Amino acid sequence: MKYFILTGLFLFTCFAEAAEAPQPVDVPNTLAERVKACTICHGEEDKASRDAYYPRIAGKLEGYLYNQLRHFRDGRRYYQPMAILLENMSDTYLREIAQYFAGLEIPYPPPESIVIPPAQAALAEKLVYSGDPEREVPACSACHGQDLMGTEPFVPGLLGLHSTYLAAQLGGWHSGGLIRGKIANCMADIAKQLTYEEINALAKWLAAQPASGEPANALPAEMAQRCANLALENGDSR
Amino acid sequence: MKTALMLVATIKRVFSGTGYGLIALLMVGVMEIHAATESTAVQQLARGEYLARVGNCLGCHTTKGGQPFAGGLRLTTSFGTFVTPNITPDDETGIGRWSQEDFWRAMHEGKSRDGRLLYPAFPYTDYTKVTREDADLIFAYLRSIPAVSQSNPPHEIRFPYNYRPLLYVWRALFFKQGIYEPDSTKSEEWNRGAYLVQGLGHCNACHTARNVLGASQDEHASEGQIMDSNWYAPSLTTRQEAGSMDWSIEEIVELLTVGVTQRAMMSGPMGTVVRQSLQYLTPEDARAMAVYLKSLPESDAPPEVRYPEMPEGVRKYLAQGEKLYEKHCQDCHGASGQGAPGIYPALAGNRSVTMAIPTNVIRIVLNGGYPPTTAANPQPYGMPPFQQIIRDEEVAQLVSFIRNAWGNRGSLVTPVDVGQSRGSRH
Repeated sequence: MKYFILTGLFLFTCFAEAAEAPQPVDVPNTLAERVKACTICHGEEDKASRDAYYPRIAGKLEGYLYNQLRHFRDGRRYYQPMAILLENMSDTYLREIAQYFAGLEIPYPPPESIVIPPAQAALAEKLVYSGDPEREVPACSACHGQDLMGTEPFVPGLLGLHSTYLAAQLGGWHSGGLIRGKIANCMADIAKQLTYEEINALAKWLAAQPASGEPANALPAEMAQRCANLALENGDSR
Repeated sequence: MKTALMLVATIKRVFSGTGYGLIALLMVGVMEIHAATESTAVQQLARGEYLARVGNCLGCHTTKGGQPFAGGLRLTTSFGTFVTPNITPDDETGIGRWSQEDFWRAMHEGKSRDGRLLYPAFPYTDYTKVTREDADLIFAYLRSIPAVSQSNPPHEIRFPYNYRPLLYVWRALFFKQGIYEPDSTKSEEWNRGAYLVQGLGHCNACHTARNVLGASQDEHASEGQIMDSNWYAPSLTTRQEAGSMDWSIEEIVELLTVGVTQRAMMSGPMGTVVRQSLQYLTPEDARAMAVYLKSLPESDAPPEVRYPEMPEGVRKYLAQGEKLYEKHCQDCHGASGQGAPGIYPALAGNRSVTMAIPTNVIRIVLNGGYPPTTAANPQPYGMPPFQQIIRDEEVAQLVSFIRNAWGNRGSLVTPVDVGQSRGSRH
């Protein structure tokens, strides 16, 4: 009887201990697991409704992503949630994260279905493929590639993004609202030439195009010169 | 150095076997002395750089993405906004015209080159404890960095604090000038730790309750609201907060230099201190700090709060929080709040979760974050920001739940508490 009670107590203690110390959560040792803080907003699932603002980052050029991560961290591109997340990250880790997202091959969702009046579409197409030499506005395609899928290594693609995001970025370059327009940069100079009507037309038209094709290899000589600070921005700031 | 060696070799070749051997030997001797002085100078600069790291001069004297040590960082306090000065050796905009003596007076007496009293946003109340030798080494290092021409805007200090002579009064009340005096009853290691924590490390600047006049109120590192941020610096002398009396020396060292241990993680401004400063500590200094921190006398334990049986309404409130926990948090922090040690912190028994002041846990839920990247933790795991995902009411329910689950006990958090934690820069 005594033994029975003791054994009972022993078993009870074991169970109690087991209940007190649950197994640690099993965490995969992968970069995908480490960037969950990113994918909660930049995830694979369709977030077109509520979270339309968050741009797709999968498959973007590594150099572009790396630059943006450092701009957010160092205050050259302002978005508070990104700045807080990246505050204490090394360049090396940011480069690895950029590589990870650049290497993701996820099919693009179908483009936004937006009704664009023909005049607005024509305005956008002209700016995209011909620009406006009188105002020194180059064609978007001159830098962002004939397919508008970007140019190695730093120029982003323009397709597969939501119109809200595109309009906000162009508006930021235009007015300096995202700090971006306040620093010397060829994109700020170009966007400052655009009217709000043109920015709207571009954002809608670009968001309505299906994303396909490849990034271009290099900028044309003239644009490489005009946007030489892109390479400077790539310098280490700390 | 390499040039010097090559010269020596050339001299040897020219003079060998020509009867000038003795002269050659003498010259070699002179050059070796010269080389030795040079290497001492290099070592001293390295020492100065190390001490500047320990004092984390960079942390305040550099803006985000700005030129190192060129100042310009805006520190918002209840007295107004302080703008940190340029401390690069630029003659016009930096401290290029400062002498070693000027620098010593700033560090030790809290006075500028022109004799004006400095505002204690510059932690001279701590730096006064730094030895002359260490201050001189830091100054020599600051002389060696590239001069940056950068004028920073003036402070914007509110009336009446902008009336500088008031500082005489403040100093009479709160400033005790004098280098650290070792406690002969304690070990050399303990004294080294105390010197670093109380002096260069200026831990007291945050980990002490500040009174309404902005003065640290305690000799020993305690607790307080951190200047220019909406974070709470937990007490280092309280078991319920960040006191380390129960910890092993090794774990304290790990937290200070790696940023993460099995049960704790540096976040917010303290994560930044690890990135900018503490991760560079020598093993000896990190250990000394740990020995001292562990030995801090425990402040009076807060009276034990007796929690009454939870009313039905509260249980319902917490149940809402539990649902949110299952949906958003459980995958990483576990069904019992057990977490994954060293990766995703356990929430059961986590002091950051249960501390009386819930500011930090609310901020972490809202903003997420990564612990600092350090040599021993180069690829940290992160916490997503939830401010865009769930509303203030839901954050309040969620935080109230984790403060009262799995044996945790803490006050309930309201949407107003959550709202107050939003909107700050850091």
